Amino acid sequence: MLSPDFLARVNSTFPPAPATLEEAMAYNLKINGTAHSVDVDDDTPLLWVIRDVLGMTGTKFGCGAALCGACTVHIDGVATRSCITTVDSIGDSAITTIEAIGETPQGAALQKAWLDLEVVQCGYCQSGQLMSAAALLAETPKPTDEDINSAMSGNVCRCGTYQRIRAAIKQAAEA
Amino acid sequence: MDTLNLNEPTSGSSTSRRTFLKGGGLLLGFALLGGTTTSVFAANAAQVTEDEVKAPFAPNGFIRIDPKGTVTLVMPMVEMGQGTYTSLAMLLAEELEVDLDQVQVQHAPPNDALYANSILHIQSTGLSSSVRAFWTPLRQAGAVGRTLLIAAAAKQWGVEPGTCKAAHGVVTDASGSKHLSYGELADAASKLPVPAADSVKLKEPKDFTLIGTPAKRVDTPMKVDGRAIYGIDTKLPGMKVAAISISPVFGGKVKTVDEKAALAVKGVHQVVKIDEAVAVVADHLGAAKKGLEAAAIEWDDGPHATVNTADIIMELEEKSKQPGAVARNEGDAEKALGSAAQRIDAIYQVPFLAHATMEPMNCTVHMQKDSCDIWVGTQVPTLTQMFVAGVTGFPKEAIRIHNHLLGGGFGRRLEPDGTVLAVKIAKQVDGPVKVVWSREEDIQHDMYRPYYYDRMSAGLDADGKPVAWTHRIAGSSIFARYVPQLFVNGLDPDAVEAAAEPPYALPNIHVDYVQVEPPGVPTAFWRGVGPTHNVFVVESFMDELAHAAKQDPVAYRKALLANNPRALGVLTLAAEKSGWDTPLPDGQGRGVSVAFIFGSYVAQVAEVTVGPDGAVKVNRIVCGLDCGLSVNPDTIEAQIQGGSIFGLTAVLHGAITIKDGRVEQSNFDNYLPMRIDEVPVIETHLVKSAEAPGGIGEVPTSIVSAAVTNAIFAATGKRVRTLPVDPEMLKSSS
Ligand code: FES
Ligand code: FES
Repeated sequence: MLSPDFLARVNSTFPPAPATLEEAMAYNLKINGTAHSVDVDDDTPLLWVIRDVLGMTGTKFGCGAALCGACTVHIDGVATRSCITTVDSIGDSAITTIEAIGETPQGAALQKAWLDLEVVQCGYCQSGQLMSAAALLAETPKPTDEDINSAMSGNVCRCGTYQRIRAAIKQAAEA
Repeated sequence: MDTLNLNEPTSGSSTSRRTFLKGGGLLLGFALLGGTTTSVFAANAAQVTEDEVKAPFAPNGFIRIDPKGTVTLVMPMVEMGQGTYTSLAMLLAEELEVDLDQVQVQHAPPNDALYANSILHIQSTGLSSSVRAFWTPLRQAGAVGRTLLIAAAAKQWGVEPGTCKAAHGVVTDASGSKHLSYGELADAASKLPVPAADSVKLKEPKDFTLIGTPAKRVDTPMKVDGRAIYGIDTKLPGMKVAAISISPVFGGKVKTVDEKAALAVKGVHQVVKIDEAVAVVADHLGAAKKGLEAAAIEWDDGPHATVNTADIIMELEEKSKQPGAVARNEGDAEKALGSAAQRIDAIYQVPFLAHATMEPMNCTVHMQKDSCDIWVGTQVPTLTQMFVAGVTGFPKEAIRIHNHLLGGGFGRRLEPDGTVLAVKIAKQVDGPVKVVWSREEDIQHDMYRPYYYDRMSAGLDADGKPVAWTHRIAGSSIFARYVPQLFVNGLDPDAVEAAAEPPYALPNIHVDYVQVEPPGVPTAFWRGVGPTHNVFVVESFMDELAHAAKQDPVAYRKALLANNPRALGVLTLAAEKSGWDTPLPDGQGRGVSVAFIFGSYVAQVAEVTVGPDGAVKVNRIVCGLDCGLSVNPDTIEAQIQGGSIFGLTAVLHGAITIKDGRVEQSNFDNYLPMRIDEVPVIETHLVKSAEAPGGIGEVPTSIVSAAVTNAIFAATGKRVRTLPVDPEMLKSSS
């Protein structure tokens, strides 16, 4: 089950922007080390900025309501659901997406473990799975099963690759 | 870059077979021969290519080799996670004599003449049929390619083709001193007459070097770093995106739309109305969704505004009292029932289910004056083309379907409805438009696995052996809509699959089917099709018989499988590996189910714990499987894991219900998927077999439910006859 804690955490990290009548302005976002200026409404979810405005399609849309984890990115290293994170809540924080996660030691170790153990089926959820797993390993280098459950239960995989995801996280943690 | 390399060079020697060209994204291969290194391959490291590859050597629909050495294998079936791009590529590569890391694969364009699945007679990926259907044709296609490439080399060297050998994409002469790569031979080979597919000699299974190995998947490297392109990732110059809202009541129509409010949203360009839906076209989906909300659409609900699940069930209950179209009748079941020592009756029900593929429905369309382009992930490219012809009036050739990797199919993408809808919208839009459904639209406008209502009766003799078996299935017919030519005399062969032919010796058996269509609710194939429903019913009822006969469920089944050695084999295997005879603590139970489905024999044992609050935890699934010769055992294991979880999700959580003509569920908070903290350990044990390969993708989904509910019975003494499992019913009564 999706842990209510998790939802609360995600929601409290990035509260919705207060309503404003002001003209929208351009936002400067730092994504994978590159600065981007985007001119969108302040309540635009980061997901659509990444995917549609900037054309980086590795980050996926699955539910739009912080229920599936497909859209997970890192904001200053914290796994964050970009579908409910509005663009005005980000400020100067550094955003990392799946396209650049391989440049972190955790990301690289996870990608290798994912391929070694052939975790992936359709693959559509896997960007989000890897982003959640990378944040987990950065914080908890040797996660227990319980740690894995709590970090990963926000990520749905309809193909049911969970058993291999768990094994691959453990393998990457040993690397 | 390292993460893209599936097969690292095994040694640092100078004859290392392959290496990366730094930064170029090309995977180069080097021939090992005679101390010289000749560059022979240049396949795209991405390994799945979107665009149709043209190459001089194209002896059939499946093989393309260009003089630079790029070997492209064209995939007639689609990759939706089941690993078919790897399994099918293995069939081709085995006979063509190339390695999997020397090839790229390409999505096939729509073409029934070249790519029809011989089991389904159309270019369709379904019914777990890909390997079964293409087992012979793809090996033949590979062998044709190899024969031609060898012939071209032999001609060049002036020797007999029989003296030459092909391996790893290189032809060598008898001495081993001369060699030519497939790239070097491509032009010459393309000029030779192509032999008939059935005239070429295929390898003996004992000589296989690739088939039967746990080969690495060709599609996964691009799926771990965001490079994989699904339909929803389509990007085109000038493309807009659209969010849609479809009438919440099935069959309703748009009444009013506040276009002005929608257009006032920054980034919104256009509001498109069609009969049943409204689309807001914008620069990005954030704006489109906001615009859609602002549009405050009102609907004319139409004739189905009072449809409710309870009424649908009532009608099924009523109509299933009457006899239906007979699927099987042997002996005299009624008479045998009358004279049996013991009679058992039961009613089973399974709910409507949504597919909820991880990638929500989407389709990108560019309408042009006399033609159109469509970017989508579909299980049925030719059928989609036909439907688009229907809404556009364009000839087939003017409808270009660009297929993609699918973010899950499960049967949902056997339906072209999403493409048809996108085309209707795109007709009003200038330039390309990508229509993306929200998760809510995806769940509420799915086409659902039918609600089935089954009446079971059996008679047992004094020893508890079944002497009569009747099974009546009532529910919607998908065949009647999808393949009406196969819906004959009121019998839907899918609705009765695995019910008409249970694996057991049953002397007097009568199975029939009553078609009952739920008003307004569209129904469709769902992973496991007929068997997901029927195996649950048959195997649950078989468990009831074992219980009535006061016999062990495994032993009882074994006695009825004496003449079915492969079914007996998987049952014995699963029981043994599960430790069937070892006791479990209180509150826990083991259940078994066995079936012959999609050409494979399968048995599962599930272990569950039922809490005092009725909560069910599935702890372990042990699967015995005989799917004939296995092409890729690792993919098979992955399918057993994933397919079981897909089935478990339905058993424990899955139900679509309808109130006032609307689907009540909307997202993953009320249509619950299984999550990582809930899933059991799943063990797969394969029977080694040389029989023709069976299907696999839908096998575990079909078998798992009864194993779980039978385990619940073992733990609690309560029989689950209606899915999903209701914890209320399982609460300890104390
Ligand atoms: S799309 Fe963001 S959590 Fe599902
Ligand atoms: S791999 Fe398909 S949804 Fe996870």
